[in-house]
Amino acid sequence: MQILFLVFQQTMFFSIPLLIVALGGVFTERSGVTNIALDGMMIMGAFTSIFFINQMGDTMSGQSLLLIAILIAVATGTVFSLFHAYAAVNLKADQIISGTALNMFAPAFAIFTARMIQENGVQQINFMNTFRIPSVPVLGDIPVIGGLFFQNAYITTYIGFVILILSVIVLYKTRFGLRLRACGEHPHAADSVGINVYRMRYAGVMISGALAGLGGLVFVIPTSTNFNATVSGYGFLALAVMIFGQWKPTRVLFAALFFGLMKTVASAYSVIPLLATSNIPSDIYKMIPFIATLIVLAFSSKSSQAPKAVGVPYDKGSR
Amino acid sequence: MIQVKELLTSDSFNKAYSSIFSILIGLLFGLIILAVSNPAQAGEGFIIILKGGFSTGAKGMGQVLYFATPLILTGLSVGFAFKTGLFNIGAPGQFIMGAFAAVYIGVKWTFLPAPWHWIVALIGAALIGGLWALIPGLLKAYLNVHEVIATIMMNYIGMYFANYLIKLTVYDSKKGLSMNTAETAVLPKGGLDYIFYNPLGSTKDMSTVNCGIWIAIAIAIIIYIILNRTTFGYELKACGFNPHASRYAGINDKRNVVLSMVIAGMLAGLGGGLLYLSGANGRHIKVVDVLAMEGFNGIPVALLGLSNPIGIIFAAIFVSYITQGGNYLQTLNFVPEIIDIIIACIIYFSAFSLIFRKLLPNLIKFIKKRKSGKTENAAEIKEADTVQAGKDGGEQ
Repeated sequence: MQILFLVFQQTMFFSIPLLIVALGGVFTERSGVTNIALDGMMIMGAFTSIFFINQMGDTMSGQSLLLIAILIAVATGTVFSLFHAYAAVNLKADQIISGTALNMFAPAFAIFTARMIQENGVQQINFMNTFRIPSVPVLGDIPVIGGLFFQNAYITTYIGFVILILSVIVLYKTRFGLRLRACGEHPHAADSVGINVYRMRYAGVMISGALAGLGGLVFVIPTSTNFNATVSGYGFLALAVMIFGQWKPTRVLFAALFFGLMKTVASAYSVIPLLATSNIPSDIYKMIPFIATLIVLAFSSKSSQAPKAVGVPYDKGSR
Repeated sequence: MIQVKELLTSDSFNKAYSSIFSILIGLLFGLIILAVSNPAQAGEGFIIILKGGFSTGAKGMGQVLYFATPLILTGLSVGFAFKTGLFNIGAPGQFIMGAFAAVYIGVKWTFLPAPWHWIVALIGAALIGGLWALIPGLLKAYLNVHEVIATIMMNYIGMYFANYLIKLTVYDSKKGLSMNTAETAVLPKGGLDYIFYNPLGSTKDMSTVNCGIWIAIAIAIIIYIILNRTTFGYELKACGFNPHASRYAGINDKRNVVLSMVIAGMLAGLGGGLLYLSGANGRHIKVVDVLAMEGFNGIPVALLGLSNPIGIIFAAIFVSYITQGGNYLQTLNFVPEIIDIIIACIIYFSAFSLIFRKLLPNLIKFIKKRKSGKTENAAEIKEADTVQAGKDGGEQ
């Protein structure tokens, strides 16, 4: 039972950042803008918020520090995403080019700034992890469920689920969501009924930036004690999870959980009794999540439901 | 005068000019960052960036070409796929698998005589790279799997698989690197050893550049010919522009998607072979869980070269040139990542190329208007008429 809890908790550490960032991807693509810069936005969000934790670690700790860091990550991601929005919406630029530029900029900027402003001149930013909740009061004592959800948890896990629920409501139950989706499917039709396509696309990109920035922080906190200007390509994986989840929030959740579970098996195989005794080298285990995803995709991609107008700049004059 | 005007407003000139404009803005941005972070040494640092590979003389320029070689190939890989409407983000995986194949053949197949050994190793690299792209190609064509996600997955699979295979076969566990290849598998210098060295007493301090750069340039020209002068290339481009129309015109679009991915993968794999078959003082494969940067850097190179094979050659040499400059920046109190920031800015501004492209023709028009406006109002109308006539039939 203890192993099951461990695997489940570990899966959450991998899945939640993927879920948050992939949901960001859903918003931007549903509005009609491809955002391959999710990785860069994660790095920027993680960079500023971890740096904040590094600086404030002496005076603050625990959940209040984490919550402020979350706000900083969200703000950073949003601001950084404006560059993409401006290029993609106002200037009708190629969205792949702009995204590639931001992806390249973010790690370079993080390393450059870290080495310039830290006194020891290193690129790693260390931080004290004071955020783990050993057991949530009352809820943590519930048998089984307590062990699965409310022990060794981070507040970010719950935030991830809240974001999921909010995403479903916003996308499918509000006027804003309907308009956003219309802009991704048929912007001219949306425009003809008075929806401001540019504003909707800005909103989509900025939401994705906010969530990606948050995802960067959420990824770094449980898995490391320093930030080294990388999120291990999680932004790209989130893109994959988003496609895997067919641009639908609930399916994205299952895609993220599936990938997180595979990743956990790959990294924690030595504590799983059945797998520990086999003599398979670790490199082979590390390949499992990616191979498994490819196989699942091969069987599930026949009817792709990508937004129709994604990646196409909106031009009022075109037909 | 008319010819000059035509040149200034021609499409290809406009494209090159917008790239150059982006480069200037990127460099300016770099200068600003240098000035903000360390005002005292900013000017000196900027000069080092501009001097690039020249900072260490002929050997430095040789190194520029050596590191440009894989960039040309991965740039071609991404650019070729772009031309055919695919986004090959999988160059890192194809690159590292190709590199492993080349090193494996270079170390193990010592029964091959001298010229054949490295040729076979390069062919092996290209084939394995192509195989690594065949899988996403097939998935895209027949199972509708998005090529971006499939190639991303293949990147990670390739990285771990190459690490596994290297540890299994050609691992130098003392250094944590792949082994030296046999002498017969090292690429010959191709005459470049007479140019790119620094005299060091009676001996020569050699650059690691070799005939790989010639091969890379030759491949770029071949790709240019395939894309622009053959039916096959035309079909590939047609599929990129409009797959539905091409299918209607009788082009087998599924086959073309697969072929295009395979060719892109072969290019990236060959790039891996060319980088790592450079002898004992050249590069060795590091066994680390990091995706090959040469692969990702193919994306900016392809974008900067506007996916044109010839443009990609220059873009790769440019990127390699200022990256070398960035390495010398460490002699001052600067971080070499400034170069990545500059390249990122250049690419970001190249995304605005549409605006730049309109800028110069509009400027010319504006000047002409001013000129004719001074003389007479009627002249302006006449001018406009002749321009129109020139566009219609060309009687000017």
